[in-house]
Amino acid sequence: MTFSDWLRVDRLPHIYCAGCGNGTVINCTLSAVDQMGWKKEETVFVSGIGCSSRAPGYIVTDSLHTTHGRALAFATGIKLANPSLNVVVFTGDGDLAAIGGNHFIHACRRNIDITVVCMNNMIYGMTGGQGSPTTPRMALSTTTPYGSVEPAFDLCELAIAAGANYVSRWTSYHVKELTRAILAGLRTPGLSFIEALVQCPTNYGRRNRYRQAIDQIEYFKEHGMLVEKARRLREEGKEIPPDTIILGELARRNRPAMGVKA
Amino acid sequence: MTRIEFMQGNVASAEGALAAGCTFFAGYPITPSTEVAEHMAAKLPKRGGVFIQMEDEIASIAAVIGASWTGARAMTATSGPGFSLMMENIGYAVMTETPCVIVNIQRGGPSTGQPTMSAQADMLQCRFGSHGDYSIIALAPASVQEMYELTAEAFNLADRFRVPVFVMADEIVGHMRERIEIPESVPVVGRRPLEPGMLPFRPGEDLVPGFPRFGSGFGVHVTGLTHDERGYPCATSPKVHEDLVKRLVEKVESKRHEIADYRVTNPDAEIVFVTYGSPARSVEQAIHDNPGLDIGHLRFRVVWPFPEKALGEFRNARAFIVPEQNLGQMAREIERHTRVPVIRLPRFGGALHTPEELVAAVEGVR
Ligand SMILES: Cc1ncc(C[n+]2csc(CCOP(=O)(O)OP(=O)(O)O)c2C)c(N)n1
Ligand code: SF4
Repeated sequence: MTFSDWLRVDRLPHIYCAGCGNGTVINCTLSAVDQMGWKKEETVFVSGIGCSSRAPGYIVTDSLHTTHGRALAFATGIKLANPSLNVVVFTGDGDLAAIGGNHFIHACRRNIDITVVCMNNMIYGMTGGQGSPTTPRMALSTTTPYGSVEPAFDLCELAIAAGANYVSRWTSYHVKELTRAILAGLRTPGLSFIEALVQCPTNYGRRNRYRQAIDQIEYFKEHGMLVEKARRLREEGKEIPPDTIILGELARRNRPAMGVKA
Repeated sequence: MTRIEFMQGNVASAEGALAAGCTFFAGYPITPSTEVAEHMAAKLPKRGGVFIQMEDEIASIAAVIGASWTGARAMTATSGPGFSLMMENIGYAVMTETPCVIVNIQRGGPSTGQPTMSAQADMLQCRFGSHGDYSIIALAPASVQEMYELTAEAFNLADRFRVPVFVMADEIVGHMRERIEIPESVPVVGRRPLEPGMLPFRPGEDLVPGFPRFGSGFGVHVTGLTHDERGYPCATSPKVHEDLVKRLVEKVESKRHEIADYRVTNPDAEIVFVTYGSPARSVEQAIHDNPGLDIGHLRFRVVWPFPEKALGEFRNARAFIVPEQNLGQMAREIERHTRVPVIRLPRFGGALHTPEELVAAVEGVR
């Protein structure tokens, strides 16, 4: 099998804009799922509402496209009622961290055996480019026309603090690393959280000096720093530039988990 | 063998659910419904079922819907404020045709209102609270016995019609304790499974599609967006939307006289009380205490879909008196279906109608 066997081809073309990063993350996730050797009938994809949350609609397994922000609560019900199902959640930054923030921290606290892939485009894509809890300070959006004055959430720190067993961050530039991270997440019992920064040329890039989709991918490449390097620099007392994106495996542990297959 | 017990209404509701094969409960504590959750927390794990206390009511109903898609009989219990929080996902359950049972032990509102006092003030919220057009089924128990029976029956209706089914109890029936006969078993009629090769959202003759349980190989896409019979989103076609929404309404409304469940006392009477839930008990007491009064009683055990034909059981009716623990939520529905004058008899704030007050109302009409 290859990852393309998991695609619901009769639903193509998809709704994503040209140059959108979500497709890359779907491919990475499906390659990881494929490498797990999971059966399609034992795998369920769940999502909330947003561009990113449309992903399960393009996958051939059972899938639940739910209400905005609530994917993790629905997924919790599925996984607890039938732990033999493999459950993967696709979500966006607004979906997960704003309206779904409470479900996010509690799913991490319960450490339920689900893999969560967050496509973080730092904006509300589907509703046309409003600010999100991860919009960087001073970034422009339709609801922050003078630049966002709110500090942004670090979703990985949040997941770690709340109790997730596996946490890592990559971007749509780091295709191989992202796939490996998702694979590690799928293998880890308990809640795995993988944040994938993605370009949204239509709503984020256009307003924030990334004229082409590739410009934002270049930005991810240039500003990404491996967590090991960041730790070393900190130990050496050196400064890490404020717009650095810390990448890699940020947590892997073995806290008690729920819904793990017997 | 039938077992006789002395039991609280909320506990009886939980027991009825267990008897019906409920294996999944998700909820969030709220007075006066909490004993339902507490009883499930004690019982479900020992039977191999799942109890989970979620972070709020939105999550609770979400988890119930998720569990239902694995094939489980799943339920939650709440009261007014929690019920309001559930509304978006209740609409999701309607749109995705997810069977589930929601017990609402009603308390005084609006807002946090009276947490420990009885009300029947969520009757319209249960029918219309979510956005869009739809239909649901709601039952209204008037005794501990009915808390048991109707909760069990709610699962059968939910599975048959693939809709959320509500047990709209009031605090009085939820918290009272009385004698109950527990049967050895209750009737269980589950979902019709989707047949191989059939489309997951193509309805059968009964307007209800077969159920493709997650994990059974159908690879079904379930979405709250308007979808075609394949389950694929199709949110811009007027026809697809109209056909879908009409069917969701029709599959319940066209069967409303089959779903109907009501009790008729003294069908020849000219003055008739119409009740559901605990006000029925005051009416029964008034009839019992005043044998010469010659009054009728129509008591609904199913309130939605509204079985308007039931009103026709009283051919001589000159007035319907509707004692309710609200300002007249069901009286309004009754008015829509009869030319006979409908007299509202609201009594809320937690006090129950007294038999004397009911008799006085009858005198007032005569
Ligand atoms: C209860 C509710 N509030 C608001 C919306 C409107 N809405 C749809 S998608 C969305 C934001 C999505 O943003 P994000 O999760 O970041 O996903 P993206 O589209 O960027 O992938 C909002 C607010 C909704 N569908 N439901
Ligand atoms: S709006 Fe942004 S996130 Fe949504 S599909 Fe277009 S590029 Fe992708």
